[in-house]
Amino acid sequence: MARILLIAEHNGTSLSPSTAKCVACAAEIAGAEIDVAVFAENAGDVAAEAASLESVSRVLSNDSAANRGALAAVLAPHIVAMADSYDYIFGPSTTFGKDLMPRVAALLGVNQVSDIMSVEGERTFKRPIYAGSAVVTVEVPAGVPVVATIRTASFRAVSAGNSAPVETLEVSADVPEHTRYIASETGKSDRPDLQSASRVVAGGRALGSEESFDLIYRLADKLEAGVGASRAAVDAGYVPNEMQVGQTGRIIAPDLYIAIGISGAIQHLTGIKDAGTIVAINKDEEAPIFEVADIGLVGDLFNVVPELTEALD
Amino acid sequence: MEKILVGLKRVVDYNVRVRVKGDGSGVETEGVKMSINPFDEIALEEALRIKERGEANEVVVVSIGSGDAQQQLRTGLAMGADRAILVETGDVPDPLSCARALLEIVNRENPELVILGKQAIDNDNAQTGQMLAALWGRPQATFASKLEFSGSTVRVTREVDAGLDVIEVDLPAVITADLRLNEPRYVKLPDIMKAKKKPLDQVPLAELSLPESPAIAETSFESPAARERGIMVDDVAGLVGALKDKGLL
Repeated sequence: MARILLIAEHNGTSLSPSTAKCVACAAEIAGAEIDVAVFAENAGDVAAEAASLESVSRVLSNDSAANRGALAAVLAPHIVAMADSYDYIFGPSTTFGKDLMPRVAALLGVNQVSDIMSVEGERTFKRPIYAGSAVVTVEVPAGVPVVATIRTASFRAVSAGNSAPVETLEVSADVPEHTRYIASETGKSDRPDLQSASRVVAGGRALGSEESFDLIYRLADKLEAGVGASRAAVDAGYVPNEMQVGQTGRIIAPDLYIAIGISGAIQHLTGIKDAGTIVAINKDEEAPIFEVADIGLVGDLFNVVPELTEALD
Repeated sequence: MEKILVGLKRVVDYNVRVRVKGDGSGVETEGVKMSINPFDEIALEEALRIKERGEANEVVVVSIGSGDAQQQLRTGLAMGADRAILVETGDVPDPLSCARALLEIVNRENPELVILGKQAIDNDNAQTGQMLAALWGRPQATFASKLEFSGSTVRVTREVDAGLDVIEVDLPAVITADLRLNEPRYVKLPDIMKAKKKPLDQVPLAELSLPESPAIAETSFESPAARERGIMVDDVAGLVGALKDKGLL
């Protein structure tokens, strides 16, 4: 039996889609018995959602005002206090999991496997390095817990339909006072969430300005798509960083990805290589994006994008 | 504050297209351009700006690795760091060992602030800063895009998937730098000359007597599954047709 603890990610009221993908990864480990821990101010709804995920054995639900903002310094000691009962401790490779899990690993005196993209054996995994230019097979030594983050774009979410028991989790670890949550500013948008959208339209530096990005938004709205951007577009200040797709931004796997005015640096491609269909629109026929695109169109985006938007009417 | 410690990792330069060796034993690093990890450069730039505002007296850069990492430390000194420490070893060890080594340096130097890059662009682990904070028993503020100091606390804006988080941490603390924290300065030739005279201490890793770490074995390397080059269409009508053929419209 492989006892697995998965730390749920949520926004305070609903479970993040990353969690169902992490469950899918965990379920690939032979003999997996998966507990999902929910740390929240009011964990009820999130815990119920987690309990509905296939392959989950049990949900452990912890309510505390200190859980607000999901501070790693607050959560890590709780997870460490539970660690004795588990062979594996998993979290998503999102900013939430990337912040939290290494703190857990260090307190347990172990290294972490970052960004699991496939399960190769009980303690053997594949993960990307150098922005996905290489894939390394890693093996966690015997006798220590496996602490890892999971590259969610590599796994298909498990379905809902389960009704795992939800148990109240009491935690005894002290809450540190040296770290305080102040506030969150989330980009208010009616568009589908970039991370989980089935269609994504993304723009690059060739847009040339914040204003020109309207072309991207209009096409995205027509397609009911999420909106992403290359690092170059973020760097240039056209869009906020939460829209960045690639090595240092989001790793996504939509059914359809339309890259507009994005040259296709390896750092960007690593963020989209699991997309179903990649469409590239670029005026430079030599752009590396065309080497990975399923459908390519060489042309000036300022003509092509409005025409495409109109054609979708 | 008295002192800021900044970590600098020597990595394959951002612009190098990395290839896996034919025998799958690693990636080709022979003869390729090496640089300071870009996120570490941002970390150092932030430390220098804090010092230049008069909010810190000294900036110390530290690297862990072979003697070759002296090049990156010299670049850090040329950017404006006051002195450098190289924890000398062969290959860069696992993140936990790096964090333990940094903790030893922290205990010797007693900085009020440690700034590291949010991840190194070679192994993409994104672990060392959080691990150092854990072992040190101090706050961590990862993926920082803005720092505001006030007495012995710092308010940190963090780049998270949903947007921005703001947290407040007491010093001493560990901060990891994200892309938009600042734009690092260019090094000028006279500064490179001056940097040669700045102190660079070398400490053998073995001298730190770190506990044995359960390192994760890297058993084989491969190139990622390549996506096939698809079709080219001539115009928007062709694109719409191709999308319809695939059932995407």
